[in-house]
Amino acid sequence: MTVRLAAPTLPRWAPVALGGAAAALTALLVALTPAQGRAGTLVVFLAGYAAVLTVASYAVEGRRRAADRLARVLIAGAVGAALTPLVLVLGYTVARGAKGLTGYFLYHSMRGIGPLDTHGGIYHSLLGTLEQVGLAIALAVPLGLLTAVYITEFGRGRLAAAVRFVVDVMTGIPSIVSGLFVLAFWVIGLGQGFSGFAASISLAILMLPVVVRSAEEMIRLVPDSLREASYALGVPRWKTVTSVVLPTASAGITTGVMLAVARVTGETAPLLLTAFGFDSIRRNPFKGPQSGLPLYVFDQATSSARGAVDRAWAAALALILVVVLLYVAARLVTRRNRLGGTS
Amino acid sequence: MEAAFRGGTAASATLVFVVIVAIAAFLVHKAVPALDGNSASFLTERQWLPDREPSRFGIAALVAGTIVTSVAALVLAVPVALGVALFVSEYAPPRLKAPLGYVTDLLAAVPSVVYGLWGVFFLVPRMQKLQEFLAAHLSWVPFFRVTPGEPVGGRSLFAASVVLAIMVLPIVAAISREVFVQVPQSHREAALALGATKLEAIRIAVLPASRPGVVSAIMLGLGRALGETIAVALVLSAAFTPSLRLLRAEGGNTIAANIATKFGEAGVPGRGALIASGLVLFAITLVVNVVARAILFRNRRAA
Repeated sequence: MTVRLAAPTLPRWAPVALGGAAAALTALLVALTPAQGRAGTLVVFLAGYAAVLTVASYAVEGRRRAADRLARVLIAGAVGAALTPLVLVLGYTVARGAKGLTGYFLYHSMRGIGPLDTHGGIYHSLLGTLEQVGLAIALAVPLGLLTAVYITEFGRGRLAAAVRFVVDVMTGIPSIVSGLFVLAFWVIGLGQGFSGFAASISLAILMLPVVVRSAEEMIRLVPDSLREASYALGVPRWKTVTSVVLPTASAGITTGVMLAVARVTGETAPLLLTAFGFDSIRRNPFKGPQSGLPLYVFDQATSSARGAVDRAWAAALALILVVVLLYVAARLVTRRNRLGGTS
Repeated sequence: MEAAFRGGTAASATLVFVVIVAIAAFLVHKAVPALDGNSASFLTERQWLPDREPSRFGIAALVAGTIVTSVAALVLAVPVALGVALFVSEYAPPRLKAPLGYVTDLLAAVPSVVYGLWGVFFLVPRMQKLQEFLAAHLSWVPFFRVTPGEPVGGRSLFAASVVLAIMVLPIVAAISREVFVQVPQSHREAALALGATKLEAIRIAVLPASRPGVVSAIMLGLGRALGETIAVALVLSAAFTPSLRLLRAEGGNTIAANIATKFGEAGVPGRGALIASGLVLFAITLVVNVVARAILFRNRRAA
């Protein structure tokens, strides 16, 4: 009598064969029932495949292996379900926006563009976005860095705990609420009116917690031996921070800052309440309403003017390109990171 | 110099603190006159007519719409996000891990206005049949009920939830992945050595240890969904009498989307009313985020 040492398993070709069977079954179903479209067919096929594979595995390998195989199929399906929208969003934006994204579109504003005109461009909003994001960086980065240094290097007492709590709270602020903050405080409260700078404040509020967090994390990763070596040479604390700790952490901090910039560049909601939007070029960000690229997309998308939808897609493509460039640049900087952080 | 440097960092830390407090105070200050002029109850009134004479507005319908869309988005997104996170931490070959991380991060980096635009012009027309199907066959599911004869689908709350789900997915996936990766490899190996299948190893070793982290990942995703503005404002066709029926063609509205769509035409009381509603949104997201961080923090300290 032979003793089986291993539990029976499905042969290696079984998943492929069962996939074929599921495909045949799907084809039959689609042919017999009213057509369901591509997405529906795919869902039916995957469900059929999972069912057939699980049943076959259950019959041959038992309940535990069957559950394992089912989990694999479901998890692979989840990855597919997560990647599909990304491909569709990017692909559709390129398809709809590419032909509108011309030199003319980049170098002209919407001044004097009537509801029947199909031309016009994004120059004014591109300029606005550059100014607003630039000013937001100028506000948030020094403040965030100094705050992070305080928390990590000096802060022990109640203030550090309070600041850390406030930063935590700020991380979760919805962007529209940051816009409302600035609206209530700067635009109405101090009577400054809508301006690009008001938008910068609200973007800086959104950036600040990210900058503080990533700087804090990176500064904590700097080995204490480096600090001690510096102190042993008689270097004072402030000089140690500025010329040893911060340069060592700089690549990681830069990545954090750039990811924060990429995030706020695409923010629309705060601009709506602070910069308000404007059709012509306005170079001065401190006085009067200004446009911004995300706001432009929103305005054109909700406009009923002719050509507005095409302009919205072209501007959306431009916006994605800007954000993705920033994002890729941030990732490239990470490679230089000697501290091996994960953010 | 030492003292100056120390003082400078302390001053900026204090400034961060003071700015937040001052701004919160301004928000309350601007909301109070509008709330005083309200002839209805802010908490229970369902309509939003702050600029009428007498002014009538309330957040009941908006809060309900915000919570329903966000929860529906999570119901759709969380299983997929956990699947992605498990794939990256448990199944993916090492070579695929980093690129998959980049790709999910990229999904998070796409601006919300682009998701909104895509939702209106790509997704909503293609979802019409699905929505009609759900309304016809699954109307027993809570919130899927429709009154016969009422238009179904289109820019409904359900469509908004699907777009929100796509936007929340990368956040939940990224944080859960980090939590899964933190489970020591030896725990998995111990389970596998006892003869567990991969799935059993995940259920025995990985999931119990990462439950608090996953819960807080889901809550952070909820925080994001609650505050999302522009995508919802673009996708949703807001109704005058908001309802909670997910599949109704003219559904409800959310706090954030209501601010974005009503702000342009709002008068002084209107703006005050919108600020008041923003304060409510702030309070809700604050609670959600603080709870999420508390869970994550407690978990990290215990580990």
